[in-house]
Amino acid sequence: MQIFMQQLINGLSLGSIYALLALGYTMIYGIIKIIHFAHGDVYMLGAFFGYYTINVWHFNFIMALFGSMIFCALVGMLIEFVAYRPLRHSSRIAVLITAIGVSYFLENGMSVLFSGDTRDFPQVIKQVNYEWFGIRVTNIQLLIFATTIILMIILQLIVKKTKMGRAMRAAAADPVAAELMGININGTISFVFAIGSAMAGAAGVLIGLYYNSIEPTMGLTPGIKAFVAAVVGGVGSIPGAAVGAVIIGCLESLMQAIGFSAFKDAAVYVVLIIVLLFLPAGLFGNKQPEKV
Amino acid sequence: MKIKNKKTGIAIMMAAMTMMAAGCSATGSQKGNSASGNTIKVGVNMELSGAAAGYGQQEENGIKLAVHDINKNGGIKINGKKMKIKIITRDNKTSTSTAASVASQLTTKDKVVATVGPATTNAATAAIPNQTKAQVPLVSPTAADPSFTRTKKGGVQKYVFRAQAQNNYQGQVAANFANTHLKAKRVAILADNSSDYGTGLAKAFKKNFKGTIVSTQYFQEGDKDFSSLITAIKNKKIDAIYVPGYYSEVGVIIKQAREAGINAPIIGSGGMADPKLAKIAGASNATNVYYTTPFSTITAKNNAEARKFMKEYKAKYGQTAPTYSALGYDATMMVANAIKKANSTNSNKITEALAKTKNMKGVTGTISVNKHHDPQMKMSVEQMTNGKVVAGYTVK
Repeated sequence: MQIFMQQLINGLSLGSIYALLALGYTMIYGIIKIIHFAHGDVYMLGAFFGYYTINVWHFNFIMALFGSMIFCALVGMLIEFVAYRPLRHSSRIAVLITAIGVSYFLENGMSVLFSGDTRDFPQVIKQVNYEWFGIRVTNIQLLIFATTIILMIILQLIVKKTKMGRAMRAAAADPVAAELMGININGTISFVFAIGSAMAGAAGVLIGLYYNSIEPTMGLTPGIKAFVAAVVGGVGSIPGAAVGAVIIGCLESLMQAIGFSAFKDAAVYVVLIIVLLFLPAGLFGNKQPEKV
Repeated sequence: MKIKNKKTGIAIMMAAMTMMAAGCSATGSQKGNSASGNTIKVGVNMELSGAAAGYGQQEENGIKLAVHDINKNGGIKINGKKMKIKIITRDNKTSTSTAASVASQLTTKDKVVATVGPATTNAATAAIPNQTKAQVPLVSPTAADPSFTRTKKGGVQKYVFRAQAQNNYQGQVAANFANTHLKAKRVAILADNSSDYGTGLAKAFKKNFKGTIVSTQYFQEGDKDFSSLITAIKNKKIDAIYVPGYYSEVGVIIKQAREAGINAPIIGSGGMADPKLAKIAGASNATNVYYTTPFSTITAKNNAEARKFMKEYKAKYGQTAPTYSALGYDATMMVANAIKKANSTNSNKITEALAKTKNMKGVTGTISVNKHHDPQMKMSVEQMTNGKVVAGYTVK
């Protein structure tokens, strides 16, 4: 039972990291129907920006977190403006290839500028272990849970309660009609990119602190896992992304716990295939069939 | 650009001269490349950019230092005439296809008589066909996969040598260390599954460890979350953990294991020997950590060659000599030693002499090449406490 609870904690902390990334995927897909493959690399940029501000400007944790969120929001808007906006009316495949291109550009650009070496992240918060009934939780894990939950609540409030949120939902439902109703589509899409990327930036700093190791290719695997989480949860659905991420995180933990560590990634993709076969819209997805 | 032109100019000149030389020795009995003029050209096919650039650059430092040492006293005496060594360095970008084309350029265009590098098993293996075709020997400082010097049929690759002991031996040393020094009875293995390096070492360790292997689990390059693996082995009453892999992942494993409350010794391999390991793991976590390495700055103090090497390295590059530089140095010295023994600059003669290398005093120990073209050498195990290497053991 103890071990089970400990593994559950491990799975949850992994899941909440995926959740922060999956939210970005799901929102961006929801509004412009593209898979933003460079999202994992925005997360990497967030980690590196945090590394920079803490080491050079001597930011504390909260300032570094917000600094990275703002920086990534700007990067996200820039990516949208430079790479996706000119392709707004082109075929999906062109946008998809562009997304992969942006991802490669960011990864290799960072490798050239700052070398591909793994580096240690400045430990601005001293780690403390808490132990209850033989279950260990660190203060950084708690911080990750708390940040993830707070950011998700804020996001949900923005989407459901604000004018911008209504614009986002309208643009997601029918961009043409929304534009006719006087909604600034470009502004709304920029805003979505900013929010999604800010979440990724927060994840970058949290991960840097938690694992104490960052490198330019760090966004690749978590990016793909978060994408799977978004699909499992139902692309476009915010609670879906969170639930999907926790499922993926716990699944990985479970596979390692029962001794199939070599197959943990395979298990994630098997789940993806099963969901796509039997529940193409995901767990919380919009079940309306797409009109062709 | 300027340098490149100059190089090309020299290369063309050399090529022309070699052609002339080839024309002179009309007997045709000697195949392969030979030096002409007063310099012996040695190629360096190295990972200077790309994923393994960190290792490649360290090895290049060692190679340069070796050449400097050889030329300091006028070079190598051949038939009574002293000839200096000149290295021609080309970057293989940690790519197998580039490594192959660099091998071809070095052997056919630059007409080198021997090549040092590539560093990684994959790139070095890709260079073999072109080296063999040109009949020019290749000495890799660090290619550690057991099959590297073997042909597919199990014979030996005639033109392929290495300066580092192969993986099986490293795994065996780790197992012997766990048996005798740590007296471990129950060991868990966490191995890097993304290369032959991790899996090969794990296999060799299992074969030679006398106690029980309670669990063997795998991870991938780039993984950062090992907490589930660690929780799973925590309650298995382990005496030690064996983690063959590179510092980027092993550092995180050490951190997470210590934070989870596992204080058992952690044993790893040469891929951990990097100052970054302690930084990623956190200095206080990097305690009771051991790894096998062909070159230990601590045991090196008993070796005159190594002491000299470390002093020169520090003077030239301003830092303590890393393991990979020591291996780059020894690989170059093996070539120089073979040229001297062969008393010839013909690449085939050098190959024969390389295969007969015996009791050569290197910085990583006394090197003899066995019939599989593997160096026979002792390994060291270094111990870390609070992120610093505090002790070195020589283990057979």
